[in-house]
Amino acid sequence: MAELLFWPALIAYGEAAIAYGAVLRRPELATRLAIWGVRLGWLAQTGMLVAEAVRADGFPWASWSGLLNLFVWFAVGVYLIWGCSPRYRLLGLAVMPAAAALFAIAGFGGAASEHGYDLFVAVHVALLLSGFAGFALAAAISALYLWQERRLKRHPAGVLRLGPPSLLGLDKLANRIAAVSFVFLTAGIGLGLVGGHPFDLAVVGALAVWCVFATALLLRRELGWSGRRPAYLMVAGFALVALLGLPAGHLG
Amino acid sequence: MKITLVGVSHHRAPVELRERVALPLEQASAVASELAAHLGEAVCLSTCNRTELYVAHDDALEVEAPVTAVLLEREPELANALYRLRDEAAALHLFRVAAGLDSLVPGEGEILGQVRKAFEAGSVGPALGRLFREALHAGRKVRAQTAIGESPSSVSAAAAALAQQVFGDLRGRRILLIGAGEVSEQAARNLFSRGAEIAVVANRTLDRAQELAERFGSVALPLERLEEQLGRADVIVSSTSAAELVLRREQVERALRARKGRPLFLIDLAVPRDLDPEINQLTGCYLYDIDDLETVVAESLAGRRREAESAEAIVAEEAERFHAWQASLDVVPAIASLRARAEDIRRHELAKAEARLGELSDAERRTVESVTAQIVNKLLHLPTIRMKEAAAGADGVVYADAVRHLFGLEDDR
Repeated sequence: MAELLFWPALIAYGEAAIAYGAVLRRPELATRLAIWGVRLGWLAQTGMLVAEAVRADGFPWASWSGLLNLFVWFAVGVYLIWGCSPRYRLLGLAVMPAAAALFAIAGFGGAASEHGYDLFVAVHVALLLSGFAGFALAAAISALYLWQERRLKRHPAGVLRLGPPSLLGLDKLANRIAAVSFVFLTAGIGLGLVGGHPFDLAVVGALAVWCVFATALLLRRELGWSGRRPAYLMVAGFALVALLGLPAGHLG
Repeated sequence: MKITLVGVSHHRAPVELRERVALPLEQASAVASELAAHLGEAVCLSTCNRTELYVAHDDALEVEAPVTAVLLEREPELANALYRLRDEAAALHLFRVAAGLDSLVPGEGEILGQVRKAFEAGSVGPALGRLFREALHAGRKVRAQTAIGESPSSVSAAAAALAQQVFGDLRGRRILLIGAGEVSEQAARNLFSRGAEIAVVANRTLDRAQELAERFGSVALPLERLEEQLGRADVIVSSTSAAELVLRREQVERALRARKGRPLFLIDLAVPRDLDPEINQLTGCYLYDIDDLETVVAESLAGRRREAESAEAIVAEEAERFHAWQASLDVVPAIASLRARAEDIRRHELAKAEARLGELSDAERRTVESVTAQIVNKLLHLPTIRMKEAAAGADGVVYADAVRHLFGLEDDR
């Protein structure tokens, strides 16, 4: 049952991501299609999670892929409530491609396990994944910032047509999400080191990501950096996550 | 009741003519009262783009001359610019006016409030009351279901909307005005109305700067001290008559160090331009000149016109509903007579049977009353519906006459 629902959810999320990409050309139709994609995808994913919970003996999302799946469900659920207001609807342009990609990674990575890991590993993995997923979201919002900033610089005639969130709003939101995610990642890495995780390539990768986001947050806090430069750093940080194959590589 | 509209608007009369018949609300109310005293119901809608008199009376032809005279008395030259509309056309016109579709800028928001005020100040009865309530409903529906009023329609509104794309909420944002002319003031007012703070007015002539600064409760400075304000401003609006640039890239670049990446939005409304176009290349600086803003406004107006197509459909639907209601009034007297006759017969027959019904208990008597009333109602239900439907299709009078003839209601006219 859970496997059957994976594909409809992925297709719906993918459709939403593509529709958001077409928002510039056909705003009304694309937005409508995108919102329906999000709704249907989320419903299918909810069904999938329920089926997994019923089938498993205990908490079935202790594996990295299960947690990632759960995180995507939570993030899309929040977006459904928050992003459906016209002001933030365009945030889907950043959120849905990331959500579709993470959901696909979770699905192809093995989905939920039938028997959970022990609690320590589950918490460690949950913290790391929450951190990475948060960075992904912050990077997506930063990408939206860079796109909107470029539009405002180029003065297109239809610059007011879409009404995305303001530059300052996007900048602050990306920073807040990155700050919270940074706490999760730090706690996850710390827990891993305390628990005796070997100092391997995955740890080096996690630390590299930690360093990039720490630099971005520190520069903003201490030197008052805001706007384009921290946005590039966020995107670079997410690129590093993707490049190093985290979180998949971490537990794989 | 027939509705008659006589009016003048920006479509056919220049402002020199319109201003002579433009009436403040109190006068408009007095005109409506005066007309209503002789003719029935009246409303006078007077805005900067139109002065229109709406009258409801049994004979449309009879009222047209006195209503026209009210306007011509004030300005005889209006004769060729006046338009006269009746019933359906008058209703559709008012619905379009309330929806902003007849305005100079499609979808402008002020007109709905003006229609409401005119309605409240008018002398209305059932016909005009219904007409204006439906028009206000149509206006609100258009604004709720289309985006016709959402995009800016003037350069200053576009500038403010763009500033919001950078900062979001403008409350507390510091505005630096360069130049103390009318154009600067207009842009400043738009930003001010959205919560921005007009912090500084810089001008070559300090006296004029002070005059404007006082109006906004801000500080006046000479142009020479402009640079010291660049680090603190969020939005700069410039509109001077200077022949050369007032603000150069180097000056802004120096100020950027102190801004720590805070965005700076610059609006150049001057021709020749005041602000160095190179400023737009600087990180965190967004410079829009008058051409950029006019392009944005043109696109925005094009968007409004696209939305106007959907709005027209909504207005037509609402006007159709009003027409159906108005047409049903033609058959209302016949329906009322028919029902009264039926009720008379019912009561008469019950009275005749009184001797036989006298033995019934109160409860049984109520049952008989109820059953006979239900029979009458059921019998008359379908003819009533059919007559109202026929009225909407313009056959109402024929049906009403037929009913009067068939049931012998001629004397009830």
